[in-house]
Amino acid sequence: MTFQTNSPGLSVEGARLSLGGTPILRDVSLEVARGEFVALLGPSGCGKTSLMRVIAGIQTADAGVVRIGGREVTGLHPARRDVAMVFQSYALYPHLTVAQNIAVPLTMRRLSAAQRLPWLGGLLPGSRAAGAAIAADVAGIAEPLGLAHLLARKPGQLSGGQRQRVALARAVIREPGAFLLDEPLSNLDAALRVTTRREIVEIHRRVGAATLYVTHDQSEALTMADRVAVMQAGSILQIATPEEIYREPVDLRVASFIGSPRINLLDAEIGEDGVVRVSGTATVLHSHARGHVTLAIRPEDWVMGAEGPEARVEHTEFLGDHALVHLRLGGGAVTLRAGPGALPHAGEMLRLGFDPARALIFGPDGRRIAAHRREAACA
Amino acid sequence: MGDGRTLLRDLPRLALLSLLGLIILSPYIWMLSASLKPTDEIFRANLALIPERFAAVENYSRVFAQVPVGRYLLNGVIVCGGILFFQLLFAIPAGYALAKLRFPGREWVFGAVMLGLLVPPHVPALPLYAGLAALGMLNTYAALIIPSTISVFGIFLFRQFFRSLPDDLIHAARLDGMSEGAIVWRVALPNAWPAATAFAIFSVVAHWNDLFWPLIVVTGTEYATPALGVLHFHTEEAGDDFAALMAACAIMTAPLILAFLVAQRRFVEGIATTGLKG
Amino acid sequence: MPDASLALRARSPTRRSEALGAWLLTLPAALSFALLLLLPTLAAIALAFTDYELGLIPVWIGLENFRELLADRGFRRSFFNTIIYVGLVAPLSVGLGLALALLIEAGARGRVFFRAVFFLPVVSLTVAMAAAWQYLLHPTIGPVNTLLRLIGVTGPAWLSSSDTVLISLAAIGVWENAGFNMVLFMAGLTAIPRELREAACVDGAHSGWSRFWLVTWPLLGPTTLFVVTITMIRSIRVFDTVAVLTRGGPNKASEVLLYTMYTEGFTFMRLGYSAAITLVFLVIVLALMWVQTRVLDRRVHYG
Repeated sequence: MTFQTNSPGLSVEGARLSLGGTPILRDVSLEVARGEFVALLGPSGCGKTSLMRVIAGIQTADAGVVRIGGREVTGLHPARRDVAMVFQSYALYPHLTVAQNIAVPLTMRRLSAAQRLPWLGGLLPGSRAAGAAIAADVAGIAEPLGLAHLLARKPGQLSGGQRQRVALARAVIREPGAFLLDEPLSNLDAALRVTTRREIVEIHRRVGAATLYVTHDQSEALTMADRVAVMQAGSILQIATPEEIYREPVDLRVASFIGSPRINLLDAEIGEDGVVRVSGTATVLHSHARGHVTLAIRPEDWVMGAEGPEARVEHTEFLGDHALVHLRLGGGAVTLRAGPGALPHAGEMLRLGFDPARALIFGPDGRRIAAHRREAACA
Repeated sequence: MGDGRTLLRDLPRLALLSLLGLIILSPYIWMLSASLKPTDEIFRANLALIPERFAAVENYSRVFAQVPVGRYLLNGVIVCGGILFFQLLFAIPAGYALAKLRFPGREWVFGAVMLGLLVPPHVPALPLYAGLAALGMLNTYAALIIPSTISVFGIFLFRQFFRSLPDDLIHAARLDGMSEGAIVWRVALPNAWPAATAFAIFSVVAHWNDLFWPLIVVTGTEYATPALGVLHFHTEEAGDDFAALMAACAIMTAPLILAFLVAQRRFVEGIATTGLKG
Repeated sequence: MPDASLALRARSPTRRSEALGAWLLTLPAALSFALLLLLPTLAAIALAFTDYELGLIPVWIGLENFRELLADRGFRRSFFNTIIYVGLVAPLSVGLGLALALLIEAGARGRVFFRAVFFLPVVSLTVAMAAAWQYLLHPTIGPVNTLLRLIGVTGPAWLSSSDTVLISLAAIGVWENAGFNMVLFMAGLTAIPRELREAACVDGAHSGWSRFWLVTWPLLGPTTLFVVTITMIRSIRVFDTVAVLTRGGPNKASEVLLYTMYTEGFTFMRLGYSAAITLVFLVIVLALMWVQTRVLDRRVHYG
């Protein structure tokens, strides 16, 4: 799916943030087109929540420009940024009913301060009509989210999943230009997470805004997003579609972070002849680079018994439809994903081949190096 | 949005706080200023804070000559210390027993504690006075200390705190052969240090400041607490020697203020979290 | 309920020894409770219905003391003065405490410093500070009136005029209590989740005002209730400032409940009568606590 990159959505350019001397965001830039769903993926502490807060306006960055809906909003109060946010803790107002919670973005904008006064406000002219319009909007958003029967309850009386939907309704009711979600599923149990994932993507499509979704969970990012931005230690390492992130990581850190079980990393040498060697054994890979490199192969890309270095089976884990075989290759541990069927025994020696098209080479600096299959030697 | 505000934007708030702060501090400022001036300057009634002639030495030495300052402060220490000692001695075991042990009548005892929390200390004052008078014990340290040794609030506080102690700690101590009493002082108390310090601060401040009870049971200066001592001096002076009066007030109020400034966080936590009992 | 004795429950002799141990531990407290709190309180309540004077034998006179209280103009004055005092000190010191807490929590600078400044009155010797206030409010040499004179206003005799004495005492009362309330409010404010305030910002609450009404004030509900009750109970116990500064004068204009109780009991030695006043005082305090726990508590906490 492609999006026009200059269609108004949201963008951050050169965001820099340090707190107490520690750099949190290092010159981060990111663009999300209107209607696009971008997942901001990274381990805890990588700065993804801080970036989101900078975009929302809750946190002021030391440097950088934020644009939402085509106009620059850096320095503007969050309320003026046309942005809606779902917080990790949902942040529902405990003293208001569900209906009142959902209505807050509308009452804040459509009613004047005088009209918002507890009893007197209702007596002012225009309040009745405005209030009725707001109630209609609330009912309209509550229905598809399954909240219609809960409108009179208070957040304390709701389950986690229900509270989350109220938070979503409140964010979405304004039809914002940017839709920010901060790990909204982390407080839900596993089963609920799977169903709510689909609901969120559905809501995103209907809202049609630029959606930025912060998470540390790979499966969420890969299944939900149009593009994934992998972030670590304050920098975005790569922004690409899920397939690209998985197949063509540009950095060793991205390759290691994505994929479960973790990608196998092997020390390799490229000699003067350009052949990639692992533990002395030549592989079918060639490269223009020279010296120490890291060869990265996903567990599912090994081929048992094919030509390649020898490894010793340490133990196997049977998982029903597949199995994980743990081997020792050279000095390091290696994991192989095998299909159902006969499994090797512990102690066996095995030759490990791999699909050269899927193998990845990374230099000492972590950057990806091009490699290709060695041409069959001609006599 | 509150964090990382520039100094410029913060100025209005800081200015307002400073203005209010000055108003709140005005009694202290003027008290100190008056204690440094000679009496005739005070009566000149101008707004000068700095005295033209520094009379600190005369004023303060007059106070030390006329007012048994050391005596009052010593009494304050003895009385507050004595009260705290007995309060802890009674309240900690009782709080522990209520929290961790099963015994018949436990609910009644706790009910009595809760009822006791409702009764202000001024209510039992009269009969206690009558009783002490009958026993001829007025005007003694005992009279000042004994009535305050029961602190239902202390029992309540320690019970709440001990409830959160893990039972396994107690079981292990019992297996080691400790008696219940030993458990209280060797195991429970060391783990209750935050509650104990909070309570100690609350108790000392309350009793150092107390005027009502010392006024009732003590006459003369021998057993007077700092609060009572200031009252005596104030009555004697009756508006003549303002300078000495202000100096005396400064001296008497200094100990607690200094203690507060040194251990500020403890004080605030102590009084805020135990703010249940005004 | 945490109970360290569960493991021992089955065996009776151990259970008995545990009960014995518990009673031994509670004994000192129980004895002092009975002797120093329970008996005197009951005695005070009983004495309220007698004509006890120190040295004489009390005679039961039923409700006579209370009839006399109702008729005594001095007591009625004292009662209403106390109500006026509480009515001034409670809302003002709660309001000021809240304002100070909000101002301090609104930024990161100077928090510790200002908290110390405003909390100082709480740890200061009340009697001594009352004397300092007397100097401040002195009609001729006091800085307050001197300042007023500079702008051409003749300040009243704050503490010796029956028109202004109660207000002056109330001002001192606010000064004494504001810092205490401020600390309580600060604790309540820090308990409000930060994300809730941020959500309010994103939802459209531009100004501090709208954020206050949407998030801060509703969530401070339980704290506010607590602070109001505590302040009312603290201020109804006013004694020190009256004893030092006015002795109830001029002409009972600053007479308050506890001071009347004190003078009746220890200057006029009418302990029975004084006990009756004490009983009235106790009933008021209990009523205040009852109001807090029953009537308002329900409305303030969220389901």
